[in-house]
Amino acid sequence: MANVRVAGTGLTAFGASPERTGRDLFAEASIAAFDDSGVSRDDVEAVFYGNFMGELAEHQGHQGPLMAEAAGVQAPATRFESACASSGVAVREAVKRIRTGENDVLLVGGAERMTNLGTAGATEALAIAADDLWEVRAGTTFPGAYALMAQAYFDAFGGDREDLAHIAVKNHDNALPNEKAQYQRAIEVDDVLEAPLVSEPLGLYDACPISDGASALVLTSEDYATDHDLEAPVAITGTGQGGDRMALHDREHLARSPAAREAGEEAYADAGIDAGDVDVAEVHDCFTIAEVLALEALDLEPIGEGISAARDGRTTADGELPVNLSGGLKAKGHPVGATGASQVAEMATLLAGTHPNSDHVADATTGVTHNAGGTVASAMVHVLEVAA
Amino acid sequence: MSERSDADDIADAGFDEWLDAAETGDAYYLECANGHGSLPPRRVCPDCGATDLEEVVLPEPGEIETFTITHVPTPAFEDDAPYATAIANVGPVRITGQVMGVDPEAVETGLEVEVEITVSETTGERVIGFRPA
Repeated sequence: MANVRVAGTGLTAFGASPERTGRDLFAEASIAAFDDSGVSRDDVEAVFYGNFMGELAEHQGHQGPLMAEAAGVQAPATRFESACASSGVAVREAVKRIRTGENDVLLVGGAERMTNLGTAGATEALAIAADDLWEVRAGTTFPGAYALMAQAYFDAFGGDREDLAHIAVKNHDNALPNEKAQYQRAIEVDDVLEAPLVSEPLGLYDACPISDGASALVLTSEDYATDHDLEAPVAITGTGQGGDRMALHDREHLARSPAAREAGEEAYADAGIDAGDVDVAEVHDCFTIAEVLALEALDLEPIGEGISAARDGRTTADGELPVNLSGGLKAKGHPVGATGASQVAEMATLLAGTHPNSDHVADATTGVTHNAGGTVASAMVHVLEVAA
Repeated sequence: MSERSDADDIADAGFDEWLDAAETGDAYYLECANGHGSLPPRRVCPDCGATDLEEVVLPEPGEIETFTITHVPTPAFEDDAPYATAIANVGPVRITGQVMGVDPEAVETGLEVEVEITVSETTGERVIGFRPA
């Protein structure tokens, strides 16, 4: 089967730029990705683009063609929506398309404009990823839903707010050298514990920020990369997707994410690896507890033990399995529609040795990215490897 | 963004009837021939695909399985915060609702509750609630 190469990556800075339009954000990311790739815009055969709340934030639907135009690409374009996993699914569909041989060059990515909505407006917009009738109308917010999972986890396996605080501290530390990150600022465990509560047991520093930003990838077939002598040392070798019931209350277990497990198993099998082969991971830490659930679902930590991974140093930058070296959603930021493809961009550069944190994983050959939508009713996992 | 009043004036068939029933103490769930429980509006059992679903009285009390106290709400619950939200096991289904009639700090896992429809202090809209049994 033809592998897919990451020929170029581009990210805007993630953060608060409420005045910038989605099209401007995606244009910037796409320019960076094309510049990085050396691929001509004329060779792009389709655009796969992720966005979640464009109707609410910008009164803008039908964003596929808009974003192709912004990127200067004349090709069919489709928007994918899977809540916070929107560009994760765009990457997955692009990988599959290239593997079939139907296309050789695709522009993939996502964008989200959120901060123009304000905190209350963005909270309301994010909440539409939950079941409107049975969750949102009962007062569930996204922090609230993850708080329900955190409490369920504490009850089932133990752990406390301080364990979670170590995850926030780690991810802030990782973001320090990442100039694209929203927060390049170290924090202490006490900062997390003393921050205002959002939805108990989660506080402000357990949550990712509200962010504007965009991500773009130029993905090509292996043949195209070879024929055009591209500098594209990293391949996407595995892709997986999992699904689950919409509402959190219908999860089989309130402190587990079966969809992510399914996506991980599929992606590992697709790449011909197992969890033990993973050297580095970027996971969807929209809240600190989400990193715990992701590591356990991906079999990178045993069930009930992921809570101590950051505190005990297993997942820190110099730990045995560095997690979220980009800073994660927590510190890098989470412009939701951009996140899935941005994780792939971060991982590709980490493995290629061009990321500011690459020195922590100098010998790494295999990385995994995990992107989740809603309370993990959607999950996308990708395996990236340094091509031999 | 928060102007959803037009949409809210239109009934959500299946859901609104469930709230009506819960208001008179007749909350129900849907059951298929294989005994799977689910919540309306629904034509197909999400577990097995059965299309013959029957309304069955919800066996109360339920029991709180997890909970949170929300301090930062959506605009629709601005005046309600802080409030406790819980997921309760009620027979073969779980339901998300707001816990009332008890100090939010006193809510705990295992607390026995009954479904009771309350009203949002912010919007006046009906909200699924739980009251200690």
